[in-house]
Amino acid sequence: MKHVKVWILVLLLGVLGSACGSGDQTADTPAVVRLMTHDSFDVSAELIASFEAETGLDVEIFKAGDGGEMLNKAILAGDAPLADVLFGVDNTFLSRALENDLFLPYESPVLLEIRDGLELDPEYRVSPVDYGDICLNYDVAWFEEAQLPPPDSLEDLADPMYKGLTVVENAATSTPGLGFLLATVERFGEDGYLDYWRQLVANDVLIVDGWEQAYYSYFTAASEGDRPIVVSYASSPVAEVFYAEEPPASAPTAAVLTDGTCFRQVEFAGILRGTKVEKEARLLVDFILDQQFQEDIPLKMFVYPANETAVLPELFQKYGHAADKPVQMDPARITANREAWIQAWTDVALR
Amino acid sequence: MIGSARSIAVVAIFLLPAVFFALFYLYPLGSILRLGLMPEGRLNTAALLQPLVNPNLLRIVWFTTWQAFVSTVLTLLLAFPGAYVLARFSFRGKTLVRTLATLPFVLPTVVVAAAFIALIGPSGVINNWLRDLLALDRGPIALSQTIWIILLAHVFYNYSVVLRLLSAYWQNLPPSMTQAAQMLGASPLRAFFEVTLPLLRPAITSAATLVFIFCFTSFGVIIILGGPRFATIEVEIYRQAVNLFNLPLAAALSLWQIIFTFILMWVYTRTQARLGQTVKASAGKAAERPVRTPREKWLVYGNVVAIVILIGAPLLALVARSFRGQRGPTLLYYRSLFINQDDSLFFVPPGEAILNSILIAFGAMILAVSLGLLAATVLSRWERNAAGNGRLGALIPRTLDALLMLPLATSAVTLGLGYLISLGRPPLNLRDSIIILPIVHAVVAVPFVMRAVLPGFRGIQPSLREAAAMLGADGRHVWWEVDWPLLRRAILAGAIYAFTISLGEFGATVFLARPETPTLPVAIYRFLGRPGALNYGQALAMSVLLMGVCAVAFVVIERFRFGNEGEF
Repeated sequence: MKHVKVWILVLLLGVLGSACGSGDQTADTPAVVRLMTHDSFDVSAELIASFEAETGLDVEIFKAGDGGEMLNKAILAGDAPLADVLFGVDNTFLSRALENDLFLPYESPVLLEIRDGLELDPEYRVSPVDYGDICLNYDVAWFEEAQLPPPDSLEDLADPMYKGLTVVENAATSTPGLGFLLATVERFGEDGYLDYWRQLVANDVLIVDGWEQAYYSYFTAASEGDRPIVVSYASSPVAEVFYAEEPPASAPTAAVLTDGTCFRQVEFAGILRGTKVEKEARLLVDFILDQQFQEDIPLKMFVYPANETAVLPELFQKYGHAADKPVQMDPARITANREAWIQAWTDVALR
Repeated sequence: MIGSARSIAVVAIFLLPAVFFALFYLYPLGSILRLGLMPEGRLNTAALLQPLVNPNLLRIVWFTTWQAFVSTVLTLLLAFPGAYVLARFSFRGKTLVRTLATLPFVLPTVVVAAAFIALIGPSGVINNWLRDLLALDRGPIALSQTIWIILLAHVFYNYSVVLRLLSAYWQNLPPSMTQAAQMLGASPLRAFFEVTLPLLRPAITSAATLVFIFCFTSFGVIIILGGPRFATIEVEIYRQAVNLFNLPLAAALSLWQIIFTFILMWVYTRTQARLGQTVKASAGKAAERPVRTPREKWLVYGNVVAIVILIGAPLLALVARSFRGQRGPTLLYYRSLFINQDDSLFFVPPGEAILNSILIAFGAMILAVSLGLLAATVLSRWERNAAGNGRLGALIPRTLDALLMLPLATSAVTLGLGYLISLGRPPLNLRDSIIILPIVHAVVAVPFVMRAVLPGFRGIQPSLREAAAMLGADGRHVWWEVDWPLLRRAILAGAIYAFTISLGEFGATVFLARPETPTLPVAIYRFLGRPGALNYGQALAMSVLLMGVCAVAFVVIERFRFGNEGEF
């Protein structure tokens, strides 16, 4: 019976504690500025520490799922925002964010250093923070062994020579999947992309739910799978070298960077409407756009810095070039057509 | 006689589960459903009725139902002999087998999928072996993205549910009844079908209900192993809520999913009540005996081998892979776990992740077991008292019983979004608090505990309690001397699942986890999100640690003795 009493005590304490938990901030603790972001976000501990030391602020970061989940949560939280700054809404979701009036405008002085063509919001509600290219990747050793030239265009994937070699992600549920679908829409036009996908299906393309399965269950270079071509990022080969067990002589994978085969994904950050610390949130946005943070981005998140003054790490210069002429699509056009394209694609590719 | 102040305290304690249920289930769920279906105060009937008229959605509902049914039947059939063996025989390695069978429960689906592919994928170990053996061009097993791999995975995940619940109940059934039937001339087969099986029915239906609900709301297995061509209602809810941000339809689907489960549960509790039998249960270990005849040997070791192959093989593949680098055996992946190679803010020292996970899981377990036991006590007493009050009287406890199962059948996405909008404001400003994690996990685990213990509660003969009371035992002594010995195993099974559910849970964890409290699943997903051999290796190594923590915890919980009860 003693145990029962102890349990009940624990229970009562738990409920009481939870009811009064998360008390109010007292005045003398440092102001907290909260950053919400997606699962892929990463940053050097030292960098955040130096920002905290400089500004006297406390930075709290929380990850709210993948890009889509994060955005929906931010929208649902409404007037009780989950954070003060949101990092990582991308160009495929940007319109949904703007339509829901999620951000407060802020024209950071650092925006002058941002590279051209990254779709600055004319009202400065969001600022571009990084970009990446969604590209085909292939297993270098596999193609050498098979004595087959690696693919260098989207058309190649439909070639019988490459039958059963490709794995792609579901455009309805995965960002790389959607990016790749958009690249095919741009390349073959709204009249032609479905035909192209019919050819891919006939050529035994494998469609899986997300990047993790594609890469770690089916891609020959990273799993026990049997698909040497995968939709991933232009920078994935860099990660393969950086996270190799021993430094390899050359990258085990490579990205196809030919014109019009990659889709450019741009990520943005913005100050969430409803924040109680707008001034501090601005400091955080400046910091994110600033050279130091931007130079930290490539080896942390394996995307490219938006700030032109940021120098790319050596590994990127060696293995991780971005595409010269990637597909770039107006976010408004993506939002207007996303559902229709995905639905049509689903009917062709998955039924 | 009991003083009125004390009886008020008793009522208050028994009200706890109801309050908990209302605060952490009904309130968040109601908030999100209202936002989805009645944004301006008027019910959006068009969205609400869509799942009933849209042929596409109807197809999804149909698929969800039949695959759950088939998965449940398969799991029951496959785990039944195993439960018998665990209930009736004592043999070496029994705890090990039971622990092994429960491990899949904590593993992230992505990791399990990778293990399956490594075993039976197109270039998997077994396929390559069969290909060489049969001199074929490619492996003969082509299961990926088929219904078969979904069913297989459901059996893999749920096998232990049947195994544990059934064997815990079976152990309390005296073998004498079956023996008596045989002595009276019944063939072993007849004795089984006419005596043993009916006696086991409460536990069988209880386990079957749980497995059905798990498969009915299956998510990871469907999208990851089944692929994008398959969809359950749960998958469709996620798609509508997250990918399309169609909250009305997501809310409507969630509501129908809940209604469907409620009807099912209600029918189930009705049959449970009608079974209404009490068993002359015995809590002794007399029912367990060593393996003697060759036939028994065959039965016991056959089942052990089956469990090892079905559940052990994929787990072993994982463990083996975590020690195999590109150049042979290595500890590199494990060593790397302890090094913050690139000064990442999100680096999680394994020790810290393990500690966080264990603390949260123990909290969730204690909460779930306490609440589940309280609720089960109230319900079973109420049922007994109501039995004399005609149909209407019995209706209330039965409906409550069905109601309390619903958290298990509620879409995780929906509930998660519900927490987000309802717990971010006073008076329940818990969104940022660590305490919310064990609470959320307990919400899902309480139904589990209840399903584990209710058949036992119902099986206790009132005469036993009355006898104890007559001999002068007060209420708590009756509980301690009569109920507890009979319920011990069932409570243990419930506790273990509560712990496991919390340990492996990822959805709520990621939605609430602050950098300060990363758990093991959070750490695993951090590695899985990036390319590179080292990341994959570390994800596997972390998964193996998760299994290890889980296994050690099981053994500790199973060894946990109350008083002088002897061994299990």
